[in-house]
Order: sequence, then structure tokens, then C-alpha cells
Amino acid sequence: MPTARAWREYPQRYRYEAAVCKKCGKWHFPPRLVCDACKGEEFETRVMRRTGTVVVSTVVRVPPAQFKDQAPYAMAIVRMDDGPSITTQIVDWQEAQLKTGAKVKLEFRRISDDGEAGTINYGYKAVPV
Amino acid sequence: MTVGIVGYGAHLPRYRIKVEEIAKVWGADAPSYKKGLELREISVPAPDQDVITLSVEAARNALARAGKMSAQDIGAIYIGSESHPYAVKPSGTVVGEAIGAMPACHVADFEFACKAGTEAMFVAHGLVKAGLIKYGLAIGADTSQGAPGDALEYSAAAGAAAFILGSECVVATIDETCSYTTDTPDFWRREYQHYPQHAGRFTGEPSYFKHVLGASEILLEKARMKPADFQFAVFHQPNGKFPMRVGKALGFTRQQIETGWLVPTLGNTYSGASPLGLTAVLDVAKPGDRIFLCSYGSGAGSDGFVFTVTERIREVQNLAACTRDMLDKNVVYLQYGEYAKFRHKILKAEGE
Amino acid sequence: MRDVAIIGVGLTKCGELWEQSLRDLYVEAALKAIKNAGIDHIDSMYVGCMSSGLFVGQEHLGALMADYLGQAPVAATRVESACASGGAALRMGYLDVASGASDIVLVGGVEKMTDVSGDAATYALATASDQEWEAFGGITFPGLYALMAMAHMERYKTTSRQLAAVAVKNHANGAKNPAAQFPAIITVDDVLNSVMVADPLHILDCSPISDGAAAVILCPADQAKTLCQHLPVKIVGSGMATDTIALHSRKDLTSLDAVTKAAAAAYRQASKVPSDIQVCEVHDCFTIAEIMVSEALGFFEKGKGGNAVETGATAIGGKIPINTSGGLKAKGHPVGATGVAQAVEIVEQLRGGAGARQVAKARIGMTQNMGGTGASAVVHILEAM
Repeated sequence: MPTARAWREYPQRYRYEAAVCKKCGKWHFPPRLVCDACKGEEFETRVMRRTGTVVVSTVVRVPPAQFKDQAPYAMAIVRMDDGPSITTQIVDWQEAQLKTGAKVKLEFRRISDDGEAGTINYGYKAVPV
Repeated sequence: MTVGIVGYGAHLPRYRIKVEEIAKVWGADAPSYKKGLELREISVPAPDQDVITLSVEAARNALARAGKMSAQDIGAIYIGSESHPYAVKPSGTVVGEAIGAMPACHVADFEFACKAGTEAMFVAHGLVKAGLIKYGLAIGADTSQGAPGDALEYSAAAGAAAFILGSECVVATIDETCSYTTDTPDFWRREYQHYPQHAGRFTGEPSYFKHVLGASEILLEKARMKPADFQFAVFHQPNGKFPMRVGKALGFTRQQIETGWLVPTLGNTYSGASPLGLTAVLDVAKPGDRIFLCSYGSGAGSDGFVFTVTERIREVQNLAACTRDMLDKNVVYLQYGEYAKFRHKILKAEGE
Repeated sequence: MRDVAIIGVGLTKCGELWEQSLRDLYVEAALKAIKNAGIDHIDSMYVGCMSSGLFVGQEHLGALMADYLGQAPVAATRVESACASGGAALRMGYLDVASGASDIVLVGGVEKMTDVSGDAATYALATASDQEWEAFGGITFPGLYALMAMAHMERYKTTSRQLAAVAVKNHANGAKNPAAQFPAIITVDDVLNSVMVADPLHILDCSPISDGAAAVILCPADQAKTLCQHLPVKIVGSGMATDTIALHSRKDLTSLDAVTKAAAAAYRQASKVPSDIQVCEVHDCFTIAEIMVSEALGFFEKGKGGNAVETGATAIGGKIPINTSGGLKAKGHPVGATGVAQAVEIVEQLRGGAGARQVAKARIGMTQNMGGTGASAVVHILEAM
């Protein structure tokens, strides 16, 4: 990922910063310019709590190139305790932990890199709690 | 001004590999390695873990124990490692962004083989004591590697320990520090080399023992204390034997050293080694306990610290994961093939 | 708005067409459609294509295809809605004629996917999802549909055998289609024993990577019979809708709301209901997609789509034959071509020209084309004139 594009997303990837609509209170992660619930255009920055619940998960066995070393790996939709849902990898899991309703917590991990000489892209992954 | 540890935290990967598994591949005699190194298994970082990711999680745990302070009040972030992900671009800036300490912060990466972590502590302590910063974050972290089949492959491991130093709400005061340094070529890695090299048996007496003994004797004298005055002693632990031997030579007992002696099931976490031992001690220490710490970094040098645990320790021990829990629970054992894949020891196609 | 008819259709084969470039494919399909319509000029043209930039480094397809078709200076542009690019192009062409702006419009869809490595093709397809917040973290496209399958199976007890039944049926149909990429018959066990791509989807639950193109000619319905000797087919309903780009933002992971909304608009315009539809081409990028779409189009109750395919309700001769062409699974899925190829199949069905795949006395048909994980949906209802 080109460095500026990744850098722009650090507040979300590193600190889980969300935009909370001032009009209707809906949490948006990632932030957006227009609230999709009430079309409001004013937001407050708040940091999401790191905990959430697995909504549904799968195990990816045929990986894209940059994830070859990690296959097979689990991916899930996680509903964060503050409201937004995210798509994230689940790591350090045992078979029984990949259930709908499982509690997870976001941890800081390497997501990918732009080759051996390129920048490293850090972000979040979920671990079972 | 009394300065000390306000918050502390550790982070360890969940993967392990046993000495037998490594020995099997190289046709080596596992029992003799286990006996000679006094270690059984080592931690292995997952492909998505490195010094930066381990440091962020350790720092988050330290903040969880640091009470009401804001990360914005951290005035310096120092990370010591010999496996920083970038040769040029600091690990500290990523950690600082992740914990929300930026931008009013001094950041520098430290390197001095295995003592880079205590260096970070040493310098952060100085800045707080001088009144230049309110809080300093010092981290020792490594994901170092040993060359395939080399003795170091059996002990090189991964982990991170983080300390927030300040003068308010301290859980352990720093009463005394010292440093003992010489130019000693026991272990090194040249630029562009993948693995470090070492000078075999020279890494023992003239290196590890000379500096740890040297620093420890100076520290005990400065502090006007005897080994018996301490409840705990933590030494750099490249293998199970060295810290026990040096501790005994100084007059410490096995019981004093055991709590902070993680290496038999963790391996040598290099810049994280004695700092992680310290976190394991703090996890169970009681108010009034005195802790003796002496690190060692090849090249060579030792940093020494004397700590006194305060009443506040009881309030914070359970506010984040305990080091022994991370060491012993939920671990996954790897075979050598998976380990080699994780540690990028497999030659891949050009451009991969 | 005036009524619009389809008077010509054309199709290339689907497959690994090494000898043909992107422009070769589009031109082949377009020429066939022009000849099939018997027209001598066009007023404007559309090119449905998802990702020519990533696959062959070529953008600006409107101009390129107009040039290579020998039709410059005709008005031409590319239409893109990920895997719904073809259907979206069809809708744009339809609106062009319906509005009175053009009389004779060529709509073609094309994709050339095999010039790049499998990894590069996978990357290009993943751009249909939310790049920053889905693809970047490693979910993969099959992974997203796998999540939908997991949710559908959890809530409605849909089974892997029911998913496999979709692939089996589509291959049975594809075996009767000379243009199909994979005309081989397969069994449920073949599917279940094939390698797992992302739990619970096996490789045989997934549509292939294909080259191909399809084209149709549109004209005002009241000119159709004069212009063309084949039975003309009227577009009686056209609907399009969107949903959140990311699957994790959807209200319900087991529903395809955009499909339901696009279909509702088409049904309303055509004054039709689901039971009026006699043959339907749907977007089976993955087997679970066909099951969910069949529910979203109103053919079966929510949650009953799996049972429907398993009991033969969607086979040729069943209650509502779905994907008589073989679907994306067996016919192939040259992404940008698919939405247009679906229209070609329905026109052939309504003209009575589908050969061994013919649905008896079919007069009303439907096409449903979808982009990403259902973030774009285009539905057309066609009726024999």
C-alpha cells in the first residue's frame, strides 16, 4: 500500500478512532463525512474500546500473495462493543474459539508489507479473550 | 525527587518450539543442549509479530497499570532492541502513535545487544529525575534469531517488557543505578548480515560474568546493601545457567533469582530478557520488597538498578496480563518447518 | 419514456482464450450482435468492463472499442459496477433508448482476465470489496461469500450439500451450452471433495476466471419488428440499487437487500410478480449467491432457497429454471461480460432458440447481475413481443 494511503489511516489502524455523529450518536468506523443513518455532517472523534463479539467467521485456505505465510487463517466480522462492525483476521485461536458470539479483543499486529524493502503496514487483528 | 516505575507491562507471543524439535533437525543431542543451556523451550513470534507489535501491547499493559495518567503526558519513548523492524525509521514513533503519546514526545531507538532495554530505562529515568519530562516510556523488546543449527538457535526468543517511569503514583522506586562498560568483542552482527556471530566460550567469563559481576559489585556498594537485603534478584538470562551462576557468585540464593528466571521456558529474549524478568517479579512482589537487577549486553556492558516496591503495587498487579500467565498458558507448539516459515528461514522465490 | 426492445444478441465462448485480446473479444461479440440484429448503423455504444486497467493496463474502453469496431465517431463510454458492470451497461443503454436520445444502441460487456497471474487476478477481483477495510486485511472475495454462507447456514440450516446442488445443476445446464467454459457434469460429492477455499466454500462452489464477451442491440420497441427478422424481446422492467460496500456494514448478512430493491423496481415497472417469471439468469459467483438471490428475487421464502435447489425447483423443467446457461459457474464469468451474457441467454430462451436448454413456452424472463458482495444489483425483466 502506498505510504501516504496507509499513513492516512493510522488513527483507525493504530488507535481505533471512530467518528461519532453529533446529531444521532451513531459510531462510524472508519469515520466518514456523512452519517449514513441521519445524513448528519458533524462528528466527534472517540476511541473505540478494543473488545467485541464475533458475528460470523471463516477460515481462508487459499490466500492472496501477501498472506501466504499465514494460511490457513481465520477472518471474521466482529461487532465492536461500541457499535461498529469490522472485518478482521482472528489470530492465536483454537478451533473451539471461532464461534458466533465469541469474545475477542483487538491487538496490534503486522498486516502486510510492501516487499522486503518497502514499508510495513501495521494494524489490528482480533485475539480470543 | 523520587523516581520509579509507575506502570509496567509485558507481552509474549503464544507460539513455542522445544529444544528437542530443533535438535532433531540438526542431528544434535537434545538432552545435552537442555542440560547445558538449562532451558527446555523458547517463544516464537508469529509472522505478524515483531518488536513494534510486541512493544505496543507491552506499552498498553503498562498504561493499564499506570493509573490516571494520560499517554499524552509521556515525554519520551525509548525502545531498545537488536531486531528493530527497520534499520532506519524508529520503532518508537509507531509505538508512540499507537498509544496516543504524540506529538510532544522525544523518541529514540536504542541498541546495545541484550541490554538495550535497560538502557532505555536508564535514560528515561535520568530525564524524569532531571525534571525534564513527567513520564518516560522505556521498552526492551526483541524477536532475535540464531543462525540455523547454531547454538543460539536453541535460545533466541521473542518478547517485550515496558515500563512507564515517573515521580507520581510509583509502584517501585528506583533507588540506585549504575553502568559498567568496556569494549569486548564477544557477540556482534555486521551491517547487512542476517545472523549475529559470537566468540564461543569467550562469551562467558570475560564477557557476561566480568560485566555483570563488575556492575553488581559497584551497585551493591553504591546502595550500601548486601545480597541478603534483597527479596528478588534479576539478571540477564541468555541461558538458564549463567544467571544462577553469577547470582551465586555474588551471594544471592536460588530462591531470590527464581521468580525472575523465565529463560527455561521462554528462552533468551535479548533486550527483553532482564526487563521481562523484572515484570514477573513485580507481578508477585509485596510492598517493601527490594529488587536487584543487572542486565548484560554484548559489546559489552551491564546496567544495574535497585528498586523498592511501594504500597501501590497491590492495586496494579491484576490490571493487565501477568507475565507467568502469558508464559505458561494458551501456548501452541510448533514443528521446525512451521518455525522456519514463521522466522523467514526458508529461501523463497525472488520478489516474494 | 418509450419502450425498448432487444433485437440482436452475440456471444463469444468463455474460457482461457489465449489468442484473443480484450478488444478482439468485444468486437467479436459486437459484430455477432449487429449481424443478428440486421442493422446497418448504431447511434451509441456502451462497454461494460470491471477492471481492464488492472488486467491489461487499458482504460478508455469507449473510445478503444468504438475505434476497433469501425464505429468511431459514435458516442461510446465504459460502465463499471464491479461484477455488475454488464448489467449496469445494459441499463445505461436501455435508458439511452428509452429517453429518446438514441435509437439504436450497442451494449457489450467484456473481460480479459487470463493475461495476468492468479494472484494478480485475485487482487483485481478484490477491488469490488472495500479495499481499505475488507480486502487489505486479507478477507479475499471467496472469504466474504464464505461469511455470508456461514451466516445463512447458521440461521436457516442451509447445508453444504444444498450449496453443491447449485453447482451440480449449473454444470448439468452448462453441458448443454456450446459456449460454456466448463461443460462437464459433476456430482455433489465432487464438490464436497474438492479443495476448500474458505470454509464452507470449496473450489467447485466458486465461479472461474474467464475471458469472454457478450453484446446486445437495443432499439425502440415500435421499430423492432421493422428492423429485425428475429422475434424481438421487450425490456419491460429495469431496476438498479446499491447497498453498503462492506459486508460488515449490512443490516442482515443473510439478505441481499440491493437485489430485492432492484427487483422491486423492475417488477413494479413491468407490473409483474415473481411467479410471472418463467426463466431467470442469476449471478452465481458462488453457489451461496444463487441461493440467496433466489430468495431476494421472491422466488422462494427467505431461508428456503437451499431446499428449493436441492429438490429440483430451479432445474430446467422445475418451478423456476435458474441459470439455464450454466450460470457463472459452468458457463464462465468474464466479469464485465456476465450481465450482458445473461440477457443474451434470456433472449435466446424467449425466442425459442435455446436448444437442449430450452424452457418450454418461455415468454417472460429475468436477469439479475450483482457487484461485490451485493453492493450493486441490476435486475431486468424481458418479455417476448
